[in-house]
Formats: sequence, C-alpha cells, structure tokens
Amino acid sequence: MSDIVELPDPAGSGPRPAGDARRPATRHLSLPGLGLAVPGIALAALAPAVLPAPGWVVFLAFAAGLALAYAGLARLGRGVFGGSFDLMFWLCLAWLVVVVLAAILAPVLPLGEYRDIAKTIDAPAMAPPSLFSEHPLGTNNFGLDLLARIIHGARASLLVSIGAVAIGMVVGGGIGILAGYFRRLTDTVTGVFTNSLLAVPPLILLIALGTVLEPNLRNIAIALSLLALPSMIRMARASTLTFAQREFVLAAKAMGASRWRVMGRELLPNVLLPLASYGMVIVSVLIVAEASLSFLGLGIQPPDPSWGNMIAEGEGNAFQDYPHIVLVPGVTLFLTVFAFNLIGEKARKRWDPRQAKL
Amino acid sequence: MAWSVLKRLAEIAAVLFVVSVGTFALVDLTPGDPAITVLGEGHTAEEYAALRDEMGLNDPFLVRYGSWLGSALHGDLGTSLIPPNSDVTERIAAALPVSAEVAVLGLAMALVVSIPLAMWSAYHADGRVDRIVGAGTFGILSVPSFLAGLLIIMVFSNQLGWFPRAEWVRLGESLGDNLHHAFLPALTIALAETAMFTRILRGDLITTLQEDFILAARAKGMSPVRVLFSDALRPSSFSLITLLGISLGRLIGSTVIVEYLFALPGMGTLIIGSADKGDFPMVQGAVLVVALIYVLANALIDLSYGYLDPRIRRAHV
Repeated sequence: MSDIVELPDPAGSGPRPAGDARRPATRHLSLPGLGLAVPGIALAALAPAVLPAPGWVVFLAFAAGLALAYAGLARLGRGVFGGSFDLMFWLCLAWLVVVVLAAILAPVLPLGEYRDIAKTIDAPAMAPPSLFSEHPLGTNNFGLDLLARIIHGARASLLVSIGAVAIGMVVGGGIGILAGYFRRLTDTVTGVFTNSLLAVPPLILLIALGTVLEPNLRNIAIALSLLALPSMIRMARASTLTFAQREFVLAAKAMGASRWRVMGRELLPNVLLPLASYGMVIVSVLIVAEASLSFLGLGIQPPDPSWGNMIAEGEGNAFQDYPHIVLVPGVTLFLTVFAFNLIGEKARKRWDPRQAKL
Repeated sequence: MAWSVLKRLAEIAAVLFVVSVGTFALVDLTPGDPAITVLGEGHTAEEYAALRDEMGLNDPFLVRYGSWLGSALHGDLGTSLIPPNSDVTERIAAALPVSAEVAVLGLAMALVVSIPLAMWSAYHADGRVDRIVGAGTFGILSVPSFLAGLLIIMVFSNQLGWFPRAEWVRLGESLGDNLHHAFLPALTIALAETAMFTRILRGDLITTLQEDFILAARAKGMSPVRVLFSDALRPSSFSLITLLGISLGRLIGSTVIVEYLFALPGMGTLIIGSADKGDFPMVQGAVLVVALIYVLANALIDLSYGYLDPRIRRAHV
C-alpha cells in the first residue's frame, strides 16, 4: 500500500496522505493569487482618483477592486504560508497596529490642525476627502483637518478604553479572587455588589455618571471601567473557584504558604489569562460605549475630538450634503471595532478554557 | 421550590436596595447644587438658605434617602427642578410606553428575521448562505447603533423619503401612523439584535440537529421545515433566552440612542435631557424605574427556563 502512495499519481486519483497533498495543492494558489491581487489593488487605488464617473460607479469599482484584492491576497497567503492562513486576521492586526501607532505618534506626525479653530480661518471648510491634497480625509465645518482629528480622536478613544480595561482587570481580578477564595460573607457581598452594577443597563449607568462627573479622560475611563468590572469579577471568581480545588494549590498550602501567597503566586497567574482575553473582547464594547457617550454630548467635549463627537457633528443637515463628515469617523470606528472583535474572538477561542471545550 | 423563589426574591430586593441607594447618592456626589439649579442666576443668600432648608438639602443623607424612598414606594418620585416643575412619575408614565413600544417592536422584528435565518444557516451549515450570514452578522455586530441609526436615516428618511424622522404619533391616535413613525427606530434596534440572535441560535441548532430524536423525526418522513420548527426550535432556545436577558441591557441602551436620534419622547430622551440640565429628581426616578424593569425582566427570564425545560423545574426542588 505504502509504495503505491509514494508513486507519482498523474491522474490525481487514488489515496494520498493529507500532509503531502497540502503543499502542492496550496503552492499552485500563489500565482493566480498574485494575478488577482495586483489588478484588484490597482483598481481600488485608481478608482477614486482617476475614473471620471458618478459617485456610485466609482464606489462600485472601488468595492470590486477591494474584493478582487482580498480574494487574491487570501490565495497568495495560503500558497505561501500554508492552508490555515487567515488573511482577515492579519488585516485586522495591521489596522490596529496602524491605529495604535498613529495614536501614539500623533504629536510628531505632520498633521493638519485638529483643535484650534482660530488657526484654520484660511482653510477650506467642509472640504471633501481627496487623497493627495493637503487634507486627505477632508475638513469639517471649521476647516479642521479630519485626518488629524481622527488620529487625535483615536488617542482619546484608545486611552480611555484600554485604561478602563486595565482598571477593570486589576480591581475586578482582585475582588474576584478574594471572593472566590474566601467564599462565605465576602462572596455574598461581592455578589450583591456585582448584581447591582449589572442591574443598571450599561448606557444608563454611563449617562447617570455623566451627569455627576466632570467629562475628562480620567473620569470617563473610571466610568467605563464600571461596565467591565462585574464580568471581570465574575470571571475571576469562577476561575478561582475551580483552581482553588486543584492539587497545586493544595501542595502550596501543605508547604505552609500563606493565604496571600496562595492567591498571589498560585491563583493570580492562572486567573489572569482568561481575564486578559476577555479584556480584548471588551475593549471594543468600551470603545463603542465611549463613542456613544461622546455622540450624546456627555463624553469627550468638543473641540477635543473623539470619534463619537465627530459623528455627532454630521447629524442633521450637514450629513445630507457632506456625508464624509459622518463617514470618515464612522468607517474608522467600524473598522477598529471590527478588528478588536475579530482578534478578541480568536483570542477567546484559544485561551478561554470554557470556550475551548465547545 | 418555595425556598428557591424566596431566596431569589431576597436577592432581587437586595439588588434594588443597593441600586436605589446608588441612584440617590448621585445627588450627594454631584459638584452642582440642586438649589442653584432651581434658583438660577441672581438670588440672595437668604433665598438660597431658605430653599435649601425647604428642599431638605440640609438634612443628613439617611433622612433624605428615607423620605425619598418612602414616597417612591408610594409611587411618588418627586417633582422636576426645571419649570414647568412637572410630576416625575407622570412624566415617566408618559415616556415609558414609547420606549417600550419601540423596543418590543425591534425585538419582534429581530426574532422574525433571525429564527428562519438561523434555521437555514444551521440546516445548511458551512454552505454558501451560512458563510455569508456568518460574515454579515459579524460585520453588523461591529456597527454601533448610533452609526447604524444615522445611516438608516440617511437612506430611508433623507434620500428615499419613505419614513418620517422627527415626529411621533401616539399609539392611541392612529395605529397606522404610529407604526409608520416607529418603523425606522425599531429597524435600527433590530439590526444588532438580529445579528446576535442569528449567531447564537444557529450554534444551538447545529448541536440539536445532531441529536437522535431529530434523526428519528427525519426517519419518520417529517419534512425538514416541520422538524426544525416543531422538534428542534424549543430545545435550542436556551442560549437565546439567556442572551435575551444579557442583551436586554444593550437593548435598553440602543433604545436610548435611537430615541435621541429620532427625537422620540421616550425614557432615553427624558433621561438625557434631564441629565443635561441637572434635573436630579427626574434622572433619579427614571434610572430607578429602568433598573426596576431590567431586574424584574431578568428574574422573569430565569423563571422561563423552568417552562422551557421540565428538568430544571425538578432540579430546583
């Protein structure tokens, strides 16, 4: 049997080991992949710049170009890196890297004016996006540069959301481990506390806090962390309950480890991983929450940009005549949330022990 | 059984107590002063002191909380600080039906679309439709509801002009007009819910469809549609019901956003408007009512498990 398999099989029929079949099957994808990707990218790049056609034709050509490029690149990737290559994942990762880098480097990047309307008196107001001009993504009604505002908005958004996740992880993880390890009264009190936090719908909680707190980055991060807190506490508590029964905890206790040492050195490292992967998932929820709050006018206040308050600028008639006011921050928000969701979903499938069984 | 119900009721009471304290404490934590909100600009120190006394702002926290809770339990949530100082309970009673109608309509639309969609996807798992539905729902879940609402307004209200945007006709006046005005807000709410429901129900259905009783039903010669609706749907709806409880928070959130976008006179508009002006009794009352509804709905959902699966009924005893 085995010598039959090793013979070359020109007809392509007959059994072949899966490992052998994979390489030739994917290698031949590279060339057509490249063939699809290059014209696709060219079409997508040239459509908005060159085509002298009405808006929706350009849009269709652009979308078709993107689809072609995606199909081509996916094939190219599978051909070069093997069959399990997931192009969408890498695209999402690349987008997040770009957003984060831009947000970090915002002060040194050669961007237009994002905040001070006194400096933009000469700049065109409501300029539509045009890639090779001074304002690649256009300007708003004060002539402020939208690209600069998007990037500075990303700073606020990411800072607030990631800060909130960090607060949630530290505080929630701590409380959850305490509740899961001490049980009894600590657990009951924690349970009532988390249930009470969960008893107020998230956005209502944020709005109520918005009435009370001064809307600055620190306070918004604290308010958002209250959304992450209950689930963090519950997850940390649940993992602690299971890990506290395991032999390594028993061994540590038998060797005379104190309660704090057991919690800090034995339980914490095990609880942290599911918390971190959940943190990835919840970042996107918090970004949306911050954007919603700013959209409602209760979050980050203009003239400081945030994706939410930029979208709010386009509400009403401005949206009708200048759709880019809404679409530029809207698409950025969508892509970022999508990327976090996709990567978070992958991380959760991989590291969350409860999901792994499913 | 009675014991578990009692325990659950005690839990609910404890949670509502903490929420009411938290809501009331908002005033104490606030940098602003309710008395100044009422007086506005240009008042004397005596007027200010007298009003603070009259409003009971000088009493200790517990006394004020006690009297607020006492009247709240009798259905009196105080009066608004902003003229025309209307009764908070009345305003909430007027706003609540609007929010409830839009939310229920959105939820119904989501269920009507997502159940058949999930069935098709699960029955033809990994087929073309399934993959498109999977990618589409994942994408929709990444669109914040305020963005979806704006886009829907742009297309259906501004461009096509099929639906009105910023008016509201009460249910009592004209059913047709009312539905015409409620359609776009409900659609905005339904989008995200549809995506979520479809994904969850599809996953559960795929598990259920591998059970022996489904095979038996198919072997008897029942049609796939009949098997899906009469045999597979009920055992697959647990996660959906759980999710309904979890997503209720998001549902209320998107209702608030949608009311703001479409200028509907519902709870969301009431809360945001009052929050903007520092009208504390209104915010306190509205938040308390929303939390009450939310907690009770979740308790009802817990009870519905027993109805859906008799095994849980026995397990509780």
